[in-house]
Amino acid sequence: MVLSSLSNEEIRRYSRHLILPEFGMEGQRKLKQGSVLLIGTGGLGSPLALYLAAAGVGHIGLVDFDIVDESNLQRQIIHGTSTLGIRKTESAKMRLRDLNPHIDIATYETHISSENAFDLMRPYDVIVDGTDNFPTRYLTNDACVMLGKPNVYGSIFRFEGQATVFSPKHGGPCYRCLYPEPPPPGLVPSCAEGGVLGVLPGVIGTIQATEAIKLLTGIGEPLIGRLLLYDALALRFRELKLRRNPDCPVCGDHPTVTELIDYQQFCGISPEESYRDSTIEITPREAAEWLQSDHPPFLLDVREANEWDICHLPGAVRISVNELAERMNELDSAVEMLVYCRSGVRSARAVDLLRQAGFRKVKNLAGGILRWADEVDPSVPKY
Amino acid sequence: MAVTVTIPTALRQYAGGNASVTLAAGSVGQILAALTEQHPQLGKHLYNEQGALRSFVNIYVGDEDIRHLQGIETPVPDGETVSIIPAIAGGAGSIHSW
Repeated sequence: MVLSSLSNEEIRRYSRHLILPEFGMEGQRKLKQGSVLLIGTGGLGSPLALYLAAAGVGHIGLVDFDIVDESNLQRQIIHGTSTLGIRKTESAKMRLRDLNPHIDIATYETHISSENAFDLMRPYDVIVDGTDNFPTRYLTNDACVMLGKPNVYGSIFRFEGQATVFSPKHGGPCYRCLYPEPPPPGLVPSCAEGGVLGVLPGVIGTIQATEAIKLLTGIGEPLIGRLLLYDALALRFRELKLRRNPDCPVCGDHPTVTELIDYQQFCGISPEESYRDSTIEITPREAAEWLQSDHPPFLLDVREANEWDICHLPGAVRISVNELAERMNELDSAVEMLVYCRSGVRSARAVDLLRQAGFRKVKNLAGGILRWADEVDPSVPKY
Repeated sequence: MAVTVTIPTALRQYAGGNASVTLAAGSVGQILAALTEQHPQLGKHLYNEQGALRSFVNIYVGDEDIRHLQGIETPVPDGETVSIIPAIAGGAGSIHSW
């Protein structure tokens, strides 16, 4: 392969790379020739895109469908106050253009899916997984295995992060060797539920960027077959061994999954479940009328104490959804009850739990506090 | 004769907020049984309805996955660390995911 040459301007820009003996002109030219697809331009994708662009990776693809929201800026450092409300891909592209005009940036304003994953990934050398949900993680893994592309994996939760490189082509394991099956919905909290320390994705995303650069240039020892764990509170890094599972359904010796499947279904998210029963769910306006009526319902807040401190609805009683099973005896199944949380997801889970336990008069506030603030009381802060 | 079991952030709320628990040495199965006896709420997060370890929770003795050792029969010597490593998916923090 003939590597592209560097202009004098590029040589000036990348001089601190060029004088590294391990890197040199060859390494820089490999970066220029190289391409990385970033799935997600959020917490992990922000430092990733910034460092890969600054380093001179010639072709960067950004997949995201989301728009920049105020609550992103605590950690998604590629975006800014001036790009609130616009597409993350556009916001990121503007920042990267300013950082390095010598590289190509392609943007894909879409959800990655079983239908488009191969087309999105095929043009790229390295795929970086910076998504926030299990269906996309399994999809990214399977598509990378099938296309024979390395998958630079990073994941974060609260104060903890994980990183590794999945590359069966190099003899390493894939994500399914590590976790053959996803957790059922609701058992593992998301960052939006559990929270995340803003600098945490900075650490993990930067490790992913390091690995992407090493894969493109061929220098160093890639993080293949090793799971790096980071605990920000203890400030401790640990490394665990990862092995390829010969019986893995995707990368094993006799794969049984040979084409992309329905990952929502695989992760237990069925269309019926995501459909909210209208007899159990009520809108904020209906709820407001009900609360002001002569027979208001018992109002149950199922969020955590620190969220209650941010805001809560008057007259509510708080029992975290995580404690609900143990504390159900504190509730009266004879009275009508309205349950709420931040966005309506945890409260739907709480309503399910309560109904299964025989509480028949329980309803869920659709959209939670977020929608309540939009439609009933704008003085309530959204977080 | 004690071993340390590290509890990941995601499960600490079911283990009295502890980051680690010290238990008597034995097999992985015995140690996890002692752990869930102390913290019953952890049970449903570690085991499925059939009583088997959940496939999205990995158990390591030292730096090795017990699936590549002797499973829950794996002996844990005095002073060794047992780590519980669940699957976590966070990364982008999309406002639509929750």
